[in-house]
Amino acid sequence: MSKFELSHRPKSDRFPGWPQRWPIHLLLCLSCLLVGIPLLYAMLVSTQSNPEVIAFQVTPGSSLGRNIWVAMVSRNLGRYMLNSTIQAVIVTVGKTILSLLAGLAFVYFRFPGKWLVFGFVLLTLMMPTELLTISLFRIVAGGFQWGDSLYALTVPFLASATGAFLFRQHFANLPAELSEAAQLDGAGPLIFLWRILLPLSWNAIGALAVIQFVYVWNMYLWPVLIIRSDRLQVVQVGLSSIQSAGDTGTAYGPLMAGAILASLPPLLVFILLQKQFMSGFQISREK
Amino acid sequence: MGGLVVGLLMLTAALGAVIMAIAFRRRQRSAGMGAWVGAIAAAVGSLSLMVPLGFCTFAAERSPLDRGFGVVLVLLGAGMALGLVNWLSMLIGGDRSHRLGMEPAMPGQFKTHWIVPLLLLAPTLLILLIFIYYPALDTFSLATRLARLSTPRTQFVCVRNFTELIDPSYSGRDLVVIGMTALLGSGVFYGQRRGLANSRLYGLGQRLLWLGAIASGYILVMGLWSDYYRLIFFNTVWVAAFTVGIGLAISLGLAILAYQPIQGASIYRTLLIWSYAISPAVAGVIFAIMFNPVVGVVNHILVTVFHGSALPWFTDPFLARFVLILASIWKQLGYNILFYIAGLQTVPQDLLEAATLDGANRWQRFLTVVLPALSPITFFLIITNLTYTFFDVYGTIDYLTKGGPSGATSVAIYEIIRVGIRSDRDLGRAAAQSIILFLMVIGVTLVQFRTSGRRVNYGA
Repeated sequence: MSKFELSHRPKSDRFPGWPQRWPIHLLLCLSCLLVGIPLLYAMLVSTQSNPEVIAFQVTPGSSLGRNIWVAMVSRNLGRYMLNSTIQAVIVTVGKTILSLLAGLAFVYFRFPGKWLVFGFVLLTLMMPTELLTISLFRIVAGGFQWGDSLYALTVPFLASATGAFLFRQHFANLPAELSEAAQLDGAGPLIFLWRILLPLSWNAIGALAVIQFVYVWNMYLWPVLIIRSDRLQVVQVGLSSIQSAGDTGTAYGPLMAGAILASLPPLLVFILLQKQFMSGFQISREK
Repeated sequence: MGGLVVGLLMLTAALGAVIMAIAFRRRQRSAGMGAWVGAIAAAVGSLSLMVPLGFCTFAAERSPLDRGFGVVLVLLGAGMALGLVNWLSMLIGGDRSHRLGMEPAMPGQFKTHWIVPLLLLAPTLLILLIFIYYPALDTFSLATRLARLSTPRTQFVCVRNFTELIDPSYSGRDLVVIGMTALLGSGVFYGQRRGLANSRLYGLGQRLLWLGAIASGYILVMGLWSDYYRLIFFNTVWVAAFTVGIGLAISLGLAILAYQPIQGASIYRTLLIWSYAISPAVAGVIFAIMFNPVVGVVNHILVTVFHGSALPWFTDPFLARFVLILASIWKQLGYNILFYIAGLQTVPQDLLEAATLDGANRWQRFLTVVLPALSPITFFLIITNLTYTFFDVYGTIDYLTKGGPSGATSVAIYEIIRVGIRSDRDLGRAAAQSIILFLMVIGVTLVQFRTSGRRVNYGA
């Protein structure tokens, strides 16, 4: 597992033959700057008022607080971020629970047609939701009458092959003695899952949680189609209400402040769970 | 038209018999049995697409183009069935175990009624059934219909939603020829034995052959589309190719730089990978402001620093595509660098040192040791980056260009949603285009699996 940690190795020279260090420092500084330019510009604009943006002032303005307030309160971004958080938490938690149950069933039970069922789950990897959007929209908005509801934002995404597969791999690598001992003690499957498997699975759960949280938080296509009312809109779509705000034209400062604010939660989750994310990636790679 | 159908069936059955007989022979199994399996599979496969359509493409009132399309569908069905049977026979032949039956009891398994595991799986299966499998079937059904959003009544139109996308100057016969060529080509492609690819020279020749095959396939398909869909196809292919190709090359370069054992390496890494958290939509927002022709900083720098003229970034088709690709590369950069740095940690040090002792220079070491060791990661990243450029790029486009100017940055997924829901509300056409995009995704994935031969799990 250590080979996936982003840490230094004691070995001093990884690619022998590199010359002095300063050209590398220089190149790295330049690349970081180049990669960072869009974000630095966004940060700069987020502190400025519209006249300052249009005058291409290169020093930070003094409107950061006002811009954040405009974005969060007058343009409703706070509400959108709350909605996205609710959606992301429901999907992440729900998907983790369903995937844990599926992994449990695939590893600790035998039942007729197991391979068929596993194939049924795995085959969905070939069918991205985006390709099914047309029909899904018809079913969810027409059939279920879920248009404009939290159900439409969460229920279709509660199950996934990735999660079931991840936990199946993870459980299969645990020693069989665990469940034998649990059964000797008279524990049923759910008790076993709760008491034994769960404490051993935090890395895998963390990995799935990062992937899912970022996936749901960044979702755009589905909510832009299915959610009509402002009250329920999610953050990625909500940004457009700052971009095209009728009479006054685009308010650049609030828009950029909003864009940065909208990127903070996934960044936070990612920084907190980076180690789990990388180790989970390793679990999900077939050997 | 009954004669044509029966003739086709016999032709595909005969072809299937020959192909599977050869395949079985190669695996030291009875060629006669292979012939039977092949013939039956090909015949059933031919019917598999035609029966749901009710053989409508061969009805008397259909155009020659429809008829040609029908022949292609028959061949496609037969080809898919043969591929499936071949794969299954390899699976069964490979290990003659209990793959399809009940597996033996493993230590530690719960001895309960078989309904218990199914109950545990029920929520997952139910959601996949309702929100993935049913929509998938519904998409195929919609693709053969004239269907409008908000009108419950639909009308069967056979394959019109597809043939509309084909250049009307093509005749049915052209379609058949192209379909046959494509199928034969992919058969040869699929049937290639990986063992031969080990020799270096053979590998190079094969790679050239591949490039040629892909290029000619691309030209063929480009010529096939009607003017309307050609632009969409062009955009989809090139936005994907540039984003993935250039993006991965830059990411690998930066990852290698950031992997050097220097002071502050972890700071550099953090400064390079943070953009993973940026969403496709936010990338679109930031680049829309940066490249805004009037208030954007890019034009301002062009004018004041380089004394050039302001460029019409979003009204010129070429420039608009350039900005879209740039935004896409930037958005994916953090993710790619993250995985490449993780991958570099798996490059075997002893091999590098051995290569150095053998006098290999830095570039040779990179080509012969580092790049091959990274190939599983590269494969994984190509797939995830393609997922971005095929689907997630929707958010970027919607904030950046809205598909404009006049469709120059509209890729397949953007067009599907525009046609189906947002403007034309024509579900049938959108469903047909979804199936075409699906075939593209499958095609690219198969090519990928064939070339790298690694199995990596992906998806979200």
